[in-house]
Amino acid sequence: MTRRALRLVAVTWWLQLRMMHRSAFDGVMQLVWPMFFATTALLIYRVGGDPDALTYAALGASVMTIWTAISSSASAILRRERGFGTLELLVAAPAPFALSVASIVLAVSTVGGYAIVATLLWARLVFGAHIAPDQPAVFALALLVTAAAFAVLGFLLSVTVVRYRTVWALGGALEFPVWLLCGFLVPVALLPAWVRGLSWLLPPTWGMRAVRAASAGQPAWADLAACAGIAAAYCVASAWLAGAVLRSARRHGTLSLS
Amino acid sequence: MAAVEVDRLRRDYRQRAGLSGRRRPAVEAVRGISFGIEPGETYGLLGPNGAGKTTVIKVLTTLLLPTAGTARVLGHDVASRPAEVRRRIGYVFGGDRGLYDRLSAFDNLRYFAELYAVPAREQRRRIGYLLDLVDLADRQRDRVEGFSRGMRQRLHIARGLLHDPPVLFLDEPSIGLDPVAARTLRTTIADLAAAGRTILLTTHYMYEADELCDRISIIRGGSIVAEGTPAGLKAGVGAGSVLEVSGRGVPAGTVELIRGLPGVCSVTVEERAGGQVLLVRTEPATQLTARILGCLDDRQIGTVAVRAPTLEDAYVELVGDQGAA
Repeated sequence: MTRRALRLVAVTWWLQLRMMHRSAFDGVMQLVWPMFFATTALLIYRVGGDPDALTYAALGASVMTIWTAISSSASAILRRERGFGTLELLVAAPAPFALSVASIVLAVSTVGGYAIVATLLWARLVFGAHIAPDQPAVFALALLVTAAAFAVLGFLLSVTVVRYRTVWALGGALEFPVWLLCGFLVPVALLPAWVRGLSWLLPPTWGMRAVRAASAGQPAWADLAACAGIAAAYCVASAWLAGAVLRSARRHGTLSLS
Repeated sequence: MAAVEVDRLRRDYRQRAGLSGRRRPAVEAVRGISFGIEPGETYGLLGPNGAGKTTVIKVLTTLLLPTAGTARVLGHDVASRPAEVRRRIGYVFGGDRGLYDRLSAFDNLRYFAELYAVPAREQRRRIGYLLDLVDLADRQRDRVEGFSRGMRQRLHIARGLLHDPPVLFLDEPSIGLDPVAARTLRTTIADLAAAGRTILLTTHYMYEADELCDRISIIRGGSIVAEGTPAGLKAGVGAGSVLEVSGRGVPAGTVELIRGLPGVCSVTVEERAGGQVLLVRTEPATQLTARILGCLDDRQIGTVAVRAPTLEDAYVELVGDQGAA
């Protein structure tokens, strides 16, 4: 069973990437679009002339780009499947629906993974940001775990589209609030107290803290564990939600509506 | 045990009206229908658009929950045991959708083979066999976006057969196909039936149902109005023969006059390119040709033919005006 599930994830991931790769326009947009936001942030922070601030912005922008990539496409995944007429086939297949959706989100997140690396290189080479993590291995792991946390958020967004057709638009609407809430460009400590409560509930907030800590040579494991733990809870909740919204969609007859 | 058992199945659709959330009256798509399909049988569901055919198929393929009643496939309840049902059924629908256009035919099947848990070591052989079966082996590496409607439909059939399901649901599989492609598809379906698969077929094409189905239900407004073999349905329409008169400019009053003749069961007028076709169904053992033609002006008559009732005649009589919905 586990082997079969892994095969499904691998084949879905590969074929979804192939589909993205085959549309030149989509492919270029996926690669270039996140860079616009990162560049804007770097240009703003460069004005102050503070190298530490530029590094702060570079790290934040790199994580920001993966959210940009995931939020715009993860919530549109099932809308696209509806458009193709394949959503009903995914549901009618014996494979667990949540696993099928998670596999597709993973492919989207892979493109987002590229965005992290590209943004760090962009910040280093074009803006001269100082990016030399004191703990490179922990830094890389923190980026990976944060990317996975974003993928889980994308999974959560995408499954809700099964029942509520217009939720796909929420992905775009959540893009900027999450930048703020998770402390990508502005420290969470500067946010109002009631907003900080929301920030701590989002796994990328902890991932961002871990990335910054690993970069500065400070202890990062607690933040990393918090990020992984909360993301795991989101994952379980999303998998449950996938089953619940599917039952609801079968009851209300919304699967084939586009 | 029947392969498919539907018992007093009802399915309503409730809709909310915009932001107010106010509920509109529920639409009763299926109103308590019952039927059974024996293993190896090809069963047809015929009816006008909106009659409830696709809703029945969606309930049986676990995509919709019944509002009331039960439906079972090979003994498994579609509402409470969907996973068991999904392993045992193939679902094929007509039209352009349901495939990944940017992937090749082979990659489409490879993906669905994973979704349908076809063992890894069997996938390549199974996909190769099915591509041969649907005559797409030489196009397997081409992207689906360049396929014709007929090729797509054949690929759909291959997809539906990947996990070798004993029960197949075919929802208007030949819709939009050209005559040659439709004939090829009918041959494929007939071969599948001959191989012992249980098939539920919905179609608008009467000759297709007549040729393929062992039994047929005619559904109208969510209820079954007739069920039987194609021959039984034809015999049950009450018409001994059908007089087909092609012509033009037949006034409504003349149609009513013919309808009122003793021995006439029903009269329909079909508008076709360049004229009309008057279809007069008459009771058995009646000779009404001369009297019917006597009602018509010579200038209104083209060709005249007398033939036995077809399944389409039975369908039109049973479905009535809704058939044009």
